[in-house]
Amino acid sequence: MSWVALRMLIGDRTKYLGIIFGIAFATLLMAQQISIFVGIISRTGSQVKDVRDADIWVMDANTRFVDEVPPLPESDLQRVRGVPGVAWAVKMYKGQVTCRLESGQYRSTVLFGLDDNSLVGAPQQMLEGNAEDLKLPDAVIVDKAGYEYMWKDEPIRLGRTFELNDHRAVLVGVCKVSPPFFSYPVLYTRYSQAEKFVPHDRNLMSYILAKPQPDVSAEEVCRRIEDLNRNETHRKLAALTQRQFFWKTLKYFLGSTGIPVNFGITITLGFIVGVAIAGQTFYLFTVENLKQFGALKAMGVHNTRILGMIVLQALVVGAVGFGIGAGLTAGFFETTSNITALAGLGMLPETMLGVGGAVLFIVLLASVVSARRVLFLEPAVVFRG
Amino acid sequence: MELLTDIDLEAEFEKEASALEPAIRCTAVTKEFGSGDTRVPVLHGIDLDLPPGELALLVGPSGCGKTTLISIIAGLLDATSGKVEVLGENLGGMRGANKVRFRGANIGFVFQQYNLLPALTAAENAAVPLLIAGWNRHKAIAKASEMLERVGLGPRMKALPSQLSGGQQQRVAIARALVHEPRLLVCDEPTAALDAHSGQTVLELIRDVAVQPGRAVIVVTHDSRIFHFGDRMITMSDGRIDDVKQVENLRDDETRGSYRGEFN
Repeated sequence: MSWVALRMLIGDRTKYLGIIFGIAFATLLMAQQISIFVGIISRTGSQVKDVRDADIWVMDANTRFVDEVPPLPESDLQRVRGVPGVAWAVKMYKGQVTCRLESGQYRSTVLFGLDDNSLVGAPQQMLEGNAEDLKLPDAVIVDKAGYEYMWKDEPIRLGRTFELNDHRAVLVGVCKVSPPFFSYPVLYTRYSQAEKFVPHDRNLMSYILAKPQPDVSAEEVCRRIEDLNRNETHRKLAALTQRQFFWKTLKYFLGSTGIPVNFGITITLGFIVGVAIAGQTFYLFTVENLKQFGALKAMGVHNTRILGMIVLQALVVGAVGFGIGAGLTAGFFETTSNITALAGLGMLPETMLGVGGAVLFIVLLASVVSARRVLFLEPAVVFRG
Repeated sequence: MELLTDIDLEAEFEKEASALEPAIRCTAVTKEFGSGDTRVPVLHGIDLDLPPGELALLVGPSGCGKTTLISIIAGLLDATSGKVEVLGENLGGMRGANKVRFRGANIGFVFQQYNLLPALTAAENAAVPLLIAGWNRHKAIAKASEMLERVGLGPRMKALPSQLSGGQQQRVAIARALVHEPRLLVCDEPTAALDAHSGQTVLELIRDVAVQPGRAVIVVTHDSRIFHFGDRMITMSDGRIDDVKQVENLRDDETRGSYRGEFN
């Protein structure tokens, strides 16, 4: 009877294609929006993830997310270096600074000032130039997306000069980094260079990056660093592992912005569209075949088998629709993979698993609503013409 | 499942007929719908015995309870009171799943509106009862094709219902109703949707192919043009059986004419 169920489904081509379209569209909408949402929200902590050589981030205890950084006094660096279990600790500056291009235009940028000697936090993937060239005078490295933003439609050319806080900066490299949340160019320079590029506050140091000794876990070292807070004469510090700081930043944006609500509405609408189209069309399909189902019941098909037929029909359209929708989503991200603004956005297996679960729910709901009419149908109705 | 030859089948049916057990026995059957103030009695104390090997016509005006009675006989509805024995089995004592299985194995249906599955070909539609019984698809279609040959639709086996005329669709329905060798065939207004010629053809088919010694056939109708096909006529009105006449009395025009006036 499975074969009969599938023939009944495919035989009504209009409704069959209608249900598949509904499921495919809902899948595309949900998968695409969830993927973009996950990609964009992940960008909030991308600059934390990009620092691969340090496991621990030490910051002012009032820091809420990576871009909001109360500066630390230099003495805190020595305090952290003195904590047992710390293999090394270096300073890092992170802030926003406006640059003036040769054309006279201004661009807001994110500037990282890296430890002069170790260059901890330097970009891992260079497209042009060498990270070591940061040790040259006035040297700056910019990310690829930032280069395109600053010098639109111009080919990459090292040696370009521009100004930061009336100080000359020389481009020595172009790198690839995880796209930041705010669409600003990301600049890297030495810490001592950043002291010139940045309008001066009393303190400049944003973060202390540290590495634990091999025999101590990063979490344990973080706890020991925070034990320094028992000395109430000093500023309170927070020490987080890279993963913890990434999630702290992410959670801030989830809780403090309208992004989840905005995307949530679109994703919910996609789900509702799926339920409405698939549910309504499937219900119509079942209602239009009510007499046939009644005849089958009269001829000896038990309710359990009828339910099995309807669920099979629902699962088939769900699988086909989901496959098409997933394919369209993959096609979208494949097609847009070269667009800088959409870099880093893509389908994750977890996303497709979640969307698959939603599609399964949609088709099962449609089948249950439709099946009710059939299961409670008295076979004797087929005698009534 | 072993396919029986025509000779084996005939012998089986003759054995059944010789037992003289009625195919259908209704004893004081009543049926009411609704409850309390909305209770509507539809059948009042129906007593009926129908032997196998006959074509019985159930006639009466609209709303007299014909469809309700055959629904109860076919196991599609439960009687409110009374006893219904079909092919020796007490339907009242059967649980739901057993009743469904009994129906699938022993009863064939021909509906007024054919109720063929539009996506299946004629052969596939005719094979449905065998598929329900668990037959292999190819064997079921092969057996159904043989049945379609018997009802004169051999060249149209691969046609969809939409490609068949009303009469042809009803013949597919008859093939479907008989493919699993049921011992009871229930036909509800099989000619109502057909023109006079097609209706005659369908009843001829039922008469020739369906009526066999071991099989009872009951046809609900108020088409007087087909009265002469019956072996027995059961007349109903207001939920009661008024009369049961044998075939000889239906052959003359006068008697047929009186019934025509009564039910049209």
